[in-house]
Amino acid sequence: MNKEQIPDVIVRFEGVSLSYGENQVLKEFSLEVPRGQCLTIIGSSGCGKTTMLKMINGLLTPDTGRILVDGQDISQADLTRLRRGIGYAIQNVGLFPHMTVKQNIAYVPSLSKQWDRETECSRVAELLKTVGLEEEMAGRYPSELSGGQKQRVGIARALAAKPSLMLMDEPFGAVDSITRRGLQKELKRLHKELGLTILFVTHDIREAMVLGDRILIMEAGRILRLDTPEAVKADPGSEFVARLLEEN
Amino acid sequence: MIDFMKEVIGLYAERGPWFLELLAAHIRLSLMAIAIAGILGLLIGLLLSEHRRAAPVVIGICNVFYTIPSISMLGILIPLLGIGDQNAVTAISIYALMPMVRNTYTGLTTVDKDILEASKAMGSTRLQTLTRVTLPLAFPVILTGLRSMTVMAISMCGLASYIGASGLGKAIYRGISIYNPAMTFAGSILIALLALTADMLLGIVEKSYKNKRRM
Repeated sequence: MNKEQIPDVIVRFEGVSLSYGENQVLKEFSLEVPRGQCLTIIGSSGCGKTTMLKMINGLLTPDTGRILVDGQDISQADLTRLRRGIGYAIQNVGLFPHMTVKQNIAYVPSLSKQWDRETECSRVAELLKTVGLEEEMAGRYPSELSGGQKQRVGIARALAAKPSLMLMDEPFGAVDSITRRGLQKELKRLHKELGLTILFVTHDIREAMVLGDRILIMEAGRILRLDTPEAVKADPGSEFVARLLEEN
Repeated sequence: MIDFMKEVIGLYAERGPWFLELLAAHIRLSLMAIAIAGILGLLIGLLLSEHRRAAPVVIGICNVFYTIPSISMLGILIPLLGIGDQNAVTAISIYALMPMVRNTYTGLTTVDKDILEASKAMGSTRLQTLTRVTLPLAFPVILTGLRSMTVMAISMCGLASYIGASGLGKAIYRGISIYNPAMTFAGSILIALLALTADMLLGIVEKSYKNKRRM
């Protein structure tokens, strides 16, 4: 029974704990993320949401417990290869300031020399279109882009190597709310079109509700609630969640 | 004053080939020292950025070398290397190492940590992050070090004739010993012009690098 389930689960945490000195950031954390789902992760700062995300591509290593991606224990995996197969988009930075939009987008494929010059041009153009940007943007540098455009390029770059899994840490944190709504719509469309699995960290409950197939609410390194947006809305279940909902 | 300038110009006209020869030697010696200090400094700075605990000690040692008056650095090496060009190049290289090490180290260690993490998270190997992200981003700072070091090496090279090396210092030295201020001045002017030209050229490189990347 268990074995049959594994192919459907793309990310799996098994009793993962991590401490920074005295401070235990994750406590016996277990989670299964089914393939194709968009899971939004929300919680107050320091609840361990970013930590948890960074463990999936091996930027952080658990003290105890294990993490499986595509059924493979990542402590046994070639991390460089694993990372090239996972899309990664974070707030603000991440775009390389000394590279053009095109070079940024083509970065991951260029690491393993996947694309030749022609493929690069056509794929970059395609990806720019996918995230709703003009093709002429390719030659620009990040400092010449608006906040929303940067985020779009960040997403295009994360998509470049055709990952089936995307890790996003407040990727829309630094843009105004109108641009943010637009980006959320785009992401939702991409999620559907490309059949991506997305783990999306945010501190905006509205964003979590709009984007998530399921919402993971974390507090002090533990799962407080894991449910669909509808269910969370109907019954917050705890004061913390109710307060989160009220704030917005 | 005008007479003095006429004398200087007269010297250039009269002994043109000699000055050219000195200029060529000066460029050769400075370039050698700049290349040695540049490469060595870059490597040391790179190593230090990977082993940061050693950085204060090594940079401290480089600092000590830097505080030695340049003329005595030339003298100290005489027992080891004798007199002449070899000694001069070594002394200038040691002296020029400091700005290069310091700027390379500073440049490499002040690159935004989030950018480095993003590079790692996307599956760059350590070497790929270094060559494609860290070094290009640190390049302007390293270039600034190279620039100040180049100017310094060219001017210090003017002292090298005191220990029998060639270069424009010869004109300065001879001017002093035969009491011919015009000759000393003629040599000094060429050194200054050479330093200014080198500084300007590197400045252009720096600007075009930054402009191209809108940094």
